Amino acid sequence: MEPFTRLSSRAAPLPQANVDTDIILPARFLLITEKRGLGQYAFYEWRKGGDFVLDQPRWQGALVLVAGDNFGCGSSREHAPWALHDLGIRCIVAPGFGEIFRANMLRNGMLPVTLIEADWRKVMGAAELGEPVTVDLLSGLIMLANGSNFEFALPEDEREALLNGWDEIDGIRARFGEAITAFETRQRVTAPWLWEHEKEPTDG
Amino acid sequence: MAQTLYEKLWQAHVVADEGQGMALLYIDRMLLHEVSSPQAFAGLRDRGLKPRRTKPYLAVADHAVPTRQRLQIKDERALAQVELLAANCEEVGFEYLALDDLRQGIVHVIGPELGFTLPGVTLVCGDSHSATHGAFGALAFGIGTSEIECVLATQVLRQKPLKTMRVTIDGVMPEGVSAKDVVLNLIGQLGASGAVGYALEYAGSAVRAMSMEARMTLCNMTIEAGARIGLVAPDATTIAYLAGRPRVPDPLPAKKWLALASDEHAAFDRELALEASQIAPMVSWGTSPDQVVPVSGTVPTGAGVQQLEYMGLSAGDKLAGLPIDRVFIGSCTNGRIEDLRAAAAVVGTNRVAPSVGAIVVPGSGQVRAQAESEGLDQVFIQAGFEWRLPGCSLCVAMNDDRLAPGERCASTSNRNFEGRQGIGARTHLMSPAMAAAAAIRGHIVDVRELLV
Ligand code: SF4
Repeated sequence: MEPFTRLSSRAAPLPQANVDTDIILPARFLLITEKRGLGQYAFYEWRKGGDFVLDQPRWQGALVLVAGDNFGCGSSREHAPWALHDLGIRCIVAPGFGEIFRANMLRNGMLPVTLIEADWRKVMGAAELGEPVTVDLLSGLIMLANGSNFEFALPEDEREALLNGWDEIDGIRARFGEAITAFETRQRVTAPWLWEHEKEPTDG
Repeated sequence: MAQTLYEKLWQAHVVADEGQGMALLYIDRMLLHEVSSPQAFAGLRDRGLKPRRTKPYLAVADHAVPTRQRLQIKDERALAQVELLAANCEEVGFEYLALDDLRQGIVHVIGPELGFTLPGVTLVCGDSHSATHGAFGALAFGIGTSEIECVLATQVLRQKPLKTMRVTIDGVMPEGVSAKDVVLNLIGQLGASGAVGYALEYAGSAVRAMSMEARMTLCNMTIEAGARIGLVAPDATTIAYLAGRPRVPDPLPAKKWLALASDEHAAFDRELALEASQIAPMVSWGTSPDQVVPVSGTVPTGAGVQQLEYMGLSAGDKLAGLPIDRVFIGSCTNGRIEDLRAAAAVVGTNRVAPSVGAIVVPGSGQVRAQAESEGLDQVFIQAGFEWRLPGCSLCVAMNDDRLAPGERCASTSNRNFEGRQGIGARTHLMSPAMAAAAAIRGHIVDVRELLV
């Protein structure tokens, strides 16, 4: 996973609340079995008019999306963050996120920033004006061109994983292989019905 | 200390505590479908890894599968996706239910049917409606594709404990009111993000009186209020449902499973109470599942312009009487035998209104066979419904079934999102009985008018 530390760019405003994953990536494009190249289908219906925010010259190349509350609610499709990533989006700022969508972002090196409503409004204001926004994960700050700063919090483990671009699976295998085997040995005794007809687990 | 059901399930699966509330959680079971799994299998292959275990997996194609006939999928991409799932499972040795298998169906319908879903297990699926399986007292939640890959490789997930919310539903549901109405009512109260961060447990006399099918409907839609997990404590109803099913241990560990129930004095972070007798048949009017009103209600004055425009409605419009073009009875929310019975009971000897195209899509081959053995298929067919093969069908516009732009549908599915049933499609969520009533009348109607 590519690390996330700090970025500056214009931020595309998308203030509607409850933008769900069917809007972010309509279901018919889920027939695609690749991760890459989904950007062209992101917000497909909303982009048909040609004036969708991400297609307007002012927000071309935006790395940041400032979205409304509960962004990414709905289905678990990881195709939604993959599609946004493919469009270049690396950070989304919102009052709140759909839970699975947020988890999916983190696993693709994308930073979800949750701001309280008042701060979010100011960042949204800057986004609408096409002003540059700086997101710094090291200091936990969003900085606007007018000098104002907004603190955001991220759980330490998520922060570290993003900063270092850690691969979750490698990390688990390196650090917890024995603990997993020990758990399985215990569970064979406490819940043997979950292990009927099964040989010893293999580690990869 | 007194513990909730959620806390017991959590604690029993912690492999390691990473600190800061983060834990490694052991995953007992995973269901796979064709849409969310290909990139996970590919990722595993890129790493040069094989799945850590093979037995705790069950795979089935449901989203992309056509429901008129299924052995020749015409859409090339859908065909390729379904075949890829079969090939991936074959390669690693996972059980895959082929399209010609009677047990095949929607992942959240077949899991419980086959006894794959058990009380006390952790169960995941790359699908947000995995909350369905919580009806059995399983810690079940939807995950993304990266997490699928993680489970395949390690059999664990890094998770943080959720806050707990108990929703106590007491009283008796009036005639014509079902679990679907209860959960739509709840989502309306909580809002689409109202339960983010919580694991919900459904309790109370109305829940205890519900069948497993009804409990699954309840848990299934929990995600529409933002919560990944919906739970019901195992009881005699759970045990009776499971006994004798293929993957259920014999003798089944009833005592252990019953002991999972929340302790009497267990504290929840949030409590909510609903009185079942006060709930009316519900209908959604907008493009988010929290935009619901009782069928006697009107589109609220605060409704957003975008939603109204999309739905072709105005504030103050009555829901009852609104003409519909299509009816969809099915999905992992309402495609089980009890749902089809409820719909068929309303249909009786009536006929589908001439202006309406109506389909019934059983949730699985077993549901379909059961319905046919009860003659329900004949009730539907004689009324003018199409009787289809199992699949997600009109719940999600990625197979042959979809609505035309502007078409208005009475649907028993779970999401009324823009475009969910087709580009420009207008979805009104409701119960199977309500959808059946709408089919007959040709417009949205209080099903109780047909029951008298
Ligand atoms: S029926 Fe609908 S909600 Fe359920 S799994 Fe299929 S697409 Fe998802």
